[in-house]
Amino acid sequence: MMALLGRDLALALRSGGGFGLSLAFFLIVVVFVPFGVGPDTEVLARIAPGVLWIAALLSCLLSLDRIFQLDWEDGSLDALVMAPLPLEGVVAMKALAHWLTTGLPLTVIAPLLGVLLDLPGPAAPWVFLSLLVGTPALSLLGAFGAALTVGIRRGGLLLSLLVMPLYIPTLIFGALTASRAGEGLDFLTPFALLGGVTLLAAALIPFAAAAALRINLR
Amino acid sequence: MSIWEYANPVRFMRLSDRVLPWLAALSAIVMLVALVWGFFFTPDDYRQGSTVKIIFIHVPAAMIAINAWVMMLVASLIWLVRRHHVSALAAKAAAPVGAVMTMIALVTGAVWGEPMWGTWWAWDPRLTSFLILFLFYLGYIALWAAIDNPDTAADLTSVLAIVGSVFAVLSRYAALIWNQGLHQGASLSMDRAEHVADVFYYPLVTAIVGFILLFVTLVVLRTRTEIRARRLRALLARESRE
Amino acid sequence: MMPDLGKYALWVLSAYGAGLVLIAALVIQSIWRDRKMARLLAEIEARQKRSGGRHG
Repeated sequence: MMALLGRDLALALRSGGGFGLSLAFFLIVVVFVPFGVGPDTEVLARIAPGVLWIAALLSCLLSLDRIFQLDWEDGSLDALVMAPLPLEGVVAMKALAHWLTTGLPLTVIAPLLGVLLDLPGPAAPWVFLSLLVGTPALSLLGAFGAALTVGIRRGGLLLSLLVMPLYIPTLIFGALTASRAGEGLDFLTPFALLGGVTLLAAALIPFAAAAALRINLR
Repeated sequence: MSIWEYANPVRFMRLSDRVLPWLAALSAIVMLVALVWGFFFTPDDYRQGSTVKIIFIHVPAAMIAINAWVMMLVASLIWLVRRHHVSALAAKAAAPVGAVMTMIALVTGAVWGEPMWGTWWAWDPRLTSFLILFLFYLGYIALWAAIDNPDTAADLTSVLAIVGSVFAVLSRYAALIWNQGLHQGASLSMDRAEHVADVFYYPLVTAIVGFILLFVTLVVLRTRTEIRARRLRALLARESRE
Repeated sequence: MMPDLGKYALWVLSAYGAGLVLIAALVIQSIWRDRKMARLLAEIEARQKRSGGRHG
């Protein structure tokens, strides 16, 4: 299991693995927002938590098709299905590797990019914490979408279409936590629910994704 | 003789061939009666004026929109457990019907909302939920369309329907917490349907029955199409193998 | 015959119009696709029958 995680991390960090790409994409989306809505700092501060959340979510989408695609192409996915490891565990490890190389870096730089959007001070730690708690769900749900579409050539667009509706609860609760913290309102309720969604995804998705992989590899 | 007899495609085709004309005629008649009744023979509401007539399309369409998804979920589960092809194909057949019903509910709701609330669209939890439901339909239909092997497609879409149901329900509650402040649902909610005066209630029930019949008719028809499409595919595959 | 819809006539009519158009489109598409599929299937079945029993 740990060897699998190490292998996935090494693959992602290798040049061309797409590790830096989603961070660069994140930066560009955040830079685009003032161009789109104007440089008014009051407006930017108001929408900053939501913008950071949406940008992080979109950046997360970019690298999803890599979760299983490489293993599918070189046949090692067949080996993993046959291996004595539970496939559910393999899926969980893959999602974890995706999170470590995508969700976690995005979480870390989000408060820094918040400076560009005049993110209110009290919101910054909660942007970080809400992303920290919420992005694992994005990776898990993404792994499910990737498992569904692994057999489809050029499935990237379909993958986004399938996964994005599943991201809605995480986005709503995550952005609500951050923006309410910025406005000094109660943010613990959405924060708790955000954690709940992540836990639910962690409990449910490995089984669903493993089932989808078994179907695709039949 | 159990209901599973009709899970056999040949039996299903034979039975549905006999039933379909009657079903179609019945749903056409009930729909016509309900909409003519609702449009021509109901009074105006004292508060909403003539816009109340929109209820006879809006509410039944919304009910079908939700229940079509539930039906797809049940059909998907039956497919996963019992491997009846008719069940998987019925789920596939219901999806476009459910998507169109969702669209009707959204469009008629927008047209109703404009004079009543002063806006075509409000991010009211109920509206938001229907929009999200529409996105789920789109994803489900797209997944069916993307996979060549019909059995693989049936399996994967069934898994998606199950996971999607969980997250659709979650989204519904997320939308409630996200924007409970704007809860101006009083002018168009299901609960209200139970409180409306009899002059609106009876045509509304008729319209709901009409929409249910229409849904069943369309699903049976489209399931027949899918069964034929599947057989066509099998025959072509056999031909090309020679 | 036409009921007096008052100042909301445009909205009520467009709601009914949109709803009926969408339903009609769905019904017509369903029937059209069913006919097409039945025709294609009949053609293939006839062709395979003609080419004899080697299809088993």
